[in-house]
Amino acid sequence: MKQRPIKVLIAKPGLDGHDRGAKVLARGLRDEGFEVVYTGLRQTPEMIVTAALQEDVDVVGLSILSGAHMTLLPKVTRLLRERGLGDVLVTAGGIIPDDDVPALKEAGVAAIFGPGTTIAEVAEYMRSHVRPPEA
Amino acid sequence: MSETGLRAEELADAAVAGDRRALARLLTAVENRTATAEAALRRLHPVAGGAHLVGITGAPGAGKSTLVAALIAEARLAGRAVAVVAVDPSSPITGGALLGDRVRMQAYASDDGVFIRSMAARGHAGGLAATSTNAATVLDAAGFDLVLLETVGTGQSEVEVAAAADTTVVLEAPDMGDEVQAIKAGLLEVADIVVVNKGDRPGAQRTASQLRAMLGSSTVPGPASGEQVVGEGRTRPKRPEVLVTTASTGQGVPELLAALDRHRSAGRDGLADAARLARAEAQVWAIVSERLRDRFHGAAARPVTEATLRAVAEHRLDPYSAADRLLAALDGEQPRP
Repeated sequence: MKQRPIKVLIAKPGLDGHDRGAKVLARGLRDEGFEVVYTGLRQTPEMIVTAALQEDVDVVGLSILSGAHMTLLPKVTRLLRERGLGDVLVTAGGIIPDDDVPALKEAGVAAIFGPGTTIAEVAEYMRSHVRPPEA
Repeated sequence: MSETGLRAEELADAAVAGDRRALARLLTAVENRTATAEAALRRLHPVAGGAHLVGITGAPGAGKSTLVAALIAEARLAGRAVAVVAVDPSSPITGGALLGDRVRMQAYASDDGVFIRSMAARGHAGGLAATSTNAATVLDAAGFDLVLLETVGTGQSEVEVAAAADTTVVLEAPDMGDEVQAIKAGLLEVADIVVVNKGDRPGAQRTASQLRAMLGSSTVPGPASGEQVVGEGRTRPKRPEVLVTTASTGQGVPELLAALDRHRSAGRDGLADAARLARAEAQVWAIVSERLRDRFHGAAARPVTEATLRAVAEHRLDPYSAADRLLAALDGEQPRP
């Protein structure tokens, strides 16, 4: 059987209104052959996790520019675990200082893509790190 | 029982018991057409049948997602559990898809009575209707009262998805074109209810009256008078109701929900029954044709199948005789245990 395309949720937690990057990534991943669920701006961690659960995504990609990443990202990973979605790959992009990266990885964010990361790099990372598909 | 069968039954039972994670996983299996999906659907089909299946289609930008969001709100007020399957096209080149319908339906993150699932069309010829019908069966069995199937009304297979529902709603925006455009679109032929959305825009009422005139529809809502047969024995009301909504404010949405209910109860004895029968027919024949294909390509039959296909390709045999030959070969086969 043909391999199912990888399904990714692209979400913007928090209150910043800049979704250009998230949209560019969503479109770029579509062109890489992913099925991309785009949920738009100002998502609460609860909204993101509900969407991830209902859509049964392989990856949650979070874009955050507001500076609230140390609160919001760990909350998303914790809620994912609580709702049985601990095997979903979580990545983040946006403006995240290097100093914060170890703590975020500790909290369960698998990869952090800073400015300048290409879409091909993101796609390649996701392809090689998603959970294997079920029969 | 096989491990897949056991796993499928566990998932199915959990989904029926209200486990949303299990439900989501089952929908993935349905999309991927796995053995798990088949085993689960065998178990779920007898449980399903209580939901009202509503197809919603229309041109891009007509406001389908916004209307679906408004319908969710209205149905929740009435205490009904609502599920949405939103289908978006897949790229024929990369196979990728951008599924953006949730953007307008985010208000229900902590409401267990709402479940939204996006699906990429994945370009399987004719298979999209089968997949979405199966997805609807799963959601129906999981206890949702209203299942909304939202598709872009741009391709044959997308229109078929909406048309496979108990009630099909076709959405139009005001002044999308003159009457001739509306006839050309062909979409209206599958409509049980036509909705002119963006009712706050100038021209909405005019568009609605034009559509009513064209569709021979009255302004007075009521049971459809008379029926006509539209393709393959499908019966449709002659006169779809034409309603005006402003989905962004909720204007006209209670009336739409009422019209959906009317269509369903009017159809219990006749129309919806025909729709259900047509859906069952499409479902079963799709499976029969898939199974036949599998058998022709199975280890025993493959040499004959390939030789026959090659003969047609090289014009040594016509395709009709080839089909007869293959079917005759199957007749001689022992039925599988």
